[in-house]
Amino acid sequence: MADDAENTGHGGVEAGLEVAIGTDHGATDAPGMPQLDFATFDNQVFWLVVTLVAIYLILSKIALPRISAVIAERQGTLTNDLAAAEDLKRQAAEAEESYNTALANARAEAQRISQETRDEIQAQLQVEIDKADAEIAAKTAESTARIGEIQASAVATAEEVARDVAAEIVQALAPGQDVDADAVAAAVSARVQG
Amino acid sequence: MATESTNSQAKSGGGKVVGFVLFGLAAIAFIAALLDDYEGGLSIHPMDQFIVSPLFGDGAVGPFTITNATMWFGLAVLAVIAIMVLGTRGRAVIPSRSQSIAELAYGFVRNMVEDVAGKDALPYFPYIFTLFLYILCANFLGLIPGSFTTTSHIAVTAILAAAVFLTVTILGFVKNGAGFLSLFWVSSAPLALRPILAIIELISYFVRPVSHSIRLAGNVMAGHAVLKVFAGFAGALGLAGIAPILGVVAIYGLEVLVSAIQAYVFTILTCVYLKDALHPHH
Repeated sequence: MADDAENTGHGGVEAGLEVAIGTDHGATDAPGMPQLDFATFDNQVFWLVVTLVAIYLILSKIALPRISAVIAERQGTLTNDLAAAEDLKRQAAEAEESYNTALANARAEAQRISQETRDEIQAQLQVEIDKADAEIAAKTAESTARIGEIQASAVATAEEVARDVAAEIVQALAPGQDVDADAVAAAVSARVQG
Repeated sequence: MATESTNSQAKSGGGKVVGFVLFGLAAIAFIAALLDDYEGGLSIHPMDQFIVSPLFGDGAVGPFTITNATMWFGLAVLAVIAIMVLGTRGRAVIPSRSQSIAELAYGFVRNMVEDVAGKDALPYFPYIFTLFLYILCANFLGLIPGSFTTTSHIAVTAILAAAVFLTVTILGFVKNGAGFLSLFWVSSAPLALRPILAIIELISYFVRPVSHSIRLAGNVMAGHAVLKVFAGFAGALGLAGIAPILGVVAIYGLEVLVSAIQAYVFTILTCVYLKDALHPHH
C-alpha cells in the first residue's frame, strides 16, 4: 500500500484520476498509513494514558459508588416492599379467618338462642297444658260426682215413687186391707235393682 | 406513555428536539465532509482521516502537543462523564432513561466480568469497565462524520492490549506463583503431547496482545476507510452519487454494529485473559 502511494502520488495523473491510498498530499510527510507514523506514537500514548486515568478516576470516585448505591437502595426497597406485601397478605388472611370465626360464632349463638327460646316456650307450653289437664280432670271429676249424685237421687226418687205407686195400687186392688209397707218396699227395691 | 407524567413527556419532547439538532449537525458535517473531498476528478484519500496533526499551529507532533487525537480523547472522557455521571445525577430508585443507560452498561460489564472471570475478578471490574467505556465512546464518537477515531490507531489499541497483557501476566504470577505456568501444561492431554501443546500454548499466549490490539484497530480503521472511499465516489459521481450514498448508509449501519461489537469483544477477551490469570488450571 505504501509503495502504491509513493508511485502514484501527485504526479500520477491519468485522465484527471488521482487515487492516493496514502497521506502524501497532507501536512505530514509520512508515507502510507498514518497508523504507522511512529512520530505521533508518544503523543497518542501520552493522551491515551491521561484519558484512561481520567475515566478510571471518574468511574471509581463518582460513577460506580453512585450506581452501586442506587442499585443497593433499589434492592433494599424491593425487599422491604415485598416484605410489606407479604405482611399485608398475612393480615388479610388473618382478617378473613377472624371474620369467618366470628361468623361461625354468631351462627352458633343464633342457633343456641333459638334453641333456648324454643325449649322455654316448650316448657311453658307444657306447664300450661299440664295445668289445663289438671283443671279439666278436676272439673270432670266434679261433674262425674254430681252426675252420680243426681243419678243416685233420681234412683232413690224413682224407688220412692214406685213404692208409693205400688202401695196405692195394692190399696186400690185390695181395699180395706192393710198394706204391708215393708213388703211393698222390698218388692219394689228388688224390682228396681233387678 | 399515557401512564407517564406530563413532566417526563416534556422531557422526552426535549430529547426529541436534541435528537433532531444532533441529527441535523451530523448531516451538515457529513455533507461538508463529502464536499471537502470533492476537488474535481476522482481524488479519494481514505487514510487522511487518521492523520494526527496539531490542533493549534503547524508544528511537529511532540509527546504533549494538543492534537486532534487529544481532542477526541477528551471528548471520549466527556462522553463517559455524560453517560455515567450526568445520567445518574438523579440517583433515583426508579431510574430515568439516562440513568437506565448507565445502569445497563454497569450491569452488562459487571455480569460479564462475573460470568466469565468469576466472582473473585470483581475487584478488577472498574479497570475493565474503564476499558469498555473508553472503547465504546471512542468508537461511537468516531462515527460522527469528520471526526477522528482514536481507536483506529494501532498505537492506542496496542497500549490497551499491552496493559491488559502485562497486568494479567503479572497478576497470574502474583496470585499463583509458579503455578501460573500450569496454564501452558495441559494436564488433561496425554503426557507425550504435553510438551508440544505447551509450545503451542506459549505461542498463542504471546500472540494474544497482538490479535487483541489489531482486531480492534483493524476493524475500526477498515470500516472508516471504506466509508471514506464510498463518500469520495459520491462526491465525484454527481447525481449518480446516490448509489454510493446508499452504500455509505448501509456501511454506516454496519459500522454502528462493529463499534459496539468490538468494544464488547475487547472487553470479554480481557475477562477471559483475567480468568486465566486467576484460575490457570485447565
